Amino acid sequence: MSEASLPSGVSSPRNSRTRAGLTFAVLAVLVTAAFALSMAIGPAAANLSALFGQLTGGEADTAILIMREIRLPRALLALLIGATLGASGAALQGLLRNPLAEPGVIGISSAAALGAVIALYTGLSVAVPLALPLLAITGALLAVLVLQLLSGGSSVLTLILAGVAISSLAGALTSLALNLSPNPFAAQEIVFWMMGSLTDRSLVYVGLAAPFIVVGLVLLLGSARSLEALTLGEEAAVSMGVDLGRLRWMIVLGTALSVGAATAVAGVIGFVGLVVPHLLRPLVGHRPAYLLPVSALGGALLLLVADIAVRLVTPGAELKLGVLTALVGAPFFMWLVVRSRSGRVG
Amino acid sequence: MLSAHSITVRIGQCPIVDVVSLNVAPGEFVGLLGPNGAGKSTLIRALAGVAPHEGEVRLGDVPAAQMSPRERARLLSYLPQDRQIEWGISVREVVALGRHPFQRRFARLSGEDEAAIDLAMAETGIASIASRSAKVLSGGEKARVLLARALATGAPLLLADEPVAALDPFHQLAVMDILRRRAGTGTGVLAVLHELTLAARFLDRVIVMHRGGIFCEGPPEAVLVPEVLEQVYGVTPLTGQHNGERWLLPWKRL
Repeated sequence: MSEASLPSGVSSPRNSRTRAGLTFAVLAVLVTAAFALSMAIGPAAANLSALFGQLTGGEADTAILIMREIRLPRALLALLIGATLGASGAALQGLLRNPLAEPGVIGISSAAALGAVIALYTGLSVAVPLALPLLAITGALLAVLVLQLLSGGSSVLTLILAGVAISSLAGALTSLALNLSPNPFAAQEIVFWMMGSLTDRSLVYVGLAAPFIVVGLVLLLGSARSLEALTLGEEAAVSMGVDLGRLRWMIVLGTALSVGAATAVAGVIGFVGLVVPHLLRPLVGHRPAYLLPVSALGGALLLLVADIAVRLVTPGAELKLGVLTALVGAPFFMWLVVRSRSGRVG
Repeated sequence: MLSAHSITVRIGQCPIVDVVSLNVAPGEFVGLLGPNGAGKSTLIRALAGVAPHEGEVRLGDVPAAQMSPRERARLLSYLPQDRQIEWGISVREVVALGRHPFQRRFARLSGEDEAAIDLAMAETGIASIASRSAKVLSGGEKARVLLARALATGAPLLLADEPVAALDPFHQLAVMDILRRRAGTGTGVLAVLHELTLAARFLDRVIVMHRGGIFCEGPPEAVLVPEVLEQVYGVTPLTGQHNGERWLLPWKRL
């Protein structure tokens, strides 16, 4: 059957590939634009042309300081963390063959947050800055491993229940730490940090998180091809030459590294990994391999835009980014649950 | 093409498949029969390399254990019993997954890939639904699409676990015809079957399993006889002739 004889709007293999390529290109352009916009918007009236004026003049003054110390790290973190959340959502959904899987929903983010809280609470992060991402990554890794153990990756219900259990336990331990905190101000700091935000993170934070995030993203994107075969179930995939153990480890490690590091610097930002792959899936012909890179870009775009939105909507007392994504994402999740009950997800 | 020696599969200490050896020659359509719990599915999963086992499986002259998973996947395609297609990808893309062992990451399908996909879709009669989403297929369509996926690999060996289960008579005959024709082109086909009537008509050779071992094997007319079926299945068959072909129907329990 030739390509020309297919009715329009359907997906042959070549067709999905072209559409995925187009989606990728459009998203890349949008991400670049949002990144530039993120650099241009803020309480201080430092615009891009002023910056370029300063740069060409070779002088460092307040404008360039604001750009480099406040807005650049913020935009970079939105880019990296958004990509992390989008890609890990797509990879987990492919691995568990479940459109409801997402680092926030299944408890990975809260376990990473617990690790980070321990680092902050004990003062370890002050003594050794690397302890913050490392403990968060450890928390995330434990959560993914327990999740695999509990759910086995088959039923929607066990997966969500295992996620609830992990979230509750991590939440309780986090509360315990706050409860026992001798210093109410420190406790308040931690609470605000956990709400998820990119405000006032210096380039040091970018340097702490970026290496782990990049390695994690490489692992996640490397799993794309095997996820295709997994569409037909685990046995079929193994018979098609997929090394299932290796694939699991790539995604477990990739998710733990990237989500752990992201949570360590930005707190819990949920539902991005749920919403983004779901919206993009039809645009790439539902192909798990194409969904991965496209979701990374989509996540970056969503987080950049959301972070701009919180600056514009409530300029005085900034709405926390994690609060915004949860406000939008949780109802979306409920809607997905209703749809998956009637078997129409995916 | 396939030769397996002393295959044993245990669950804990208990052997589910107990020291079984068998061969499948190129162009041969072999059926693996036996009552529920005889170890057929476990054996075919071991042969396909998706279940751990003791003993040696050779594909051609080479032990499968010495091959990389991709090398093995090019020589042997396996159609599992459960018909899973997770995402709403198009029918043609499901069939294209059969070329997975030959493809590189994000690479385009080669001309050879396209030809193998077209052939498999034509053989299974699904060219007209090529662009349909896999989520909206009927049971019969899904079975044929997944069979096409296994055929598209073009492997010299095809293992199928209950390929006609839960299909209507039309589709059962269609699937048996397709497998028969593939064997005719030189592919060695091994299928787990419960349908004695189809087995008696379509197979070159029957292997009857009973309690984890091979009870007997041979051409259908020699093996699918009342004495064997009574002992293994506890069922008495009716047999007869139609246009020179022998037919068999499981008739009553002992």
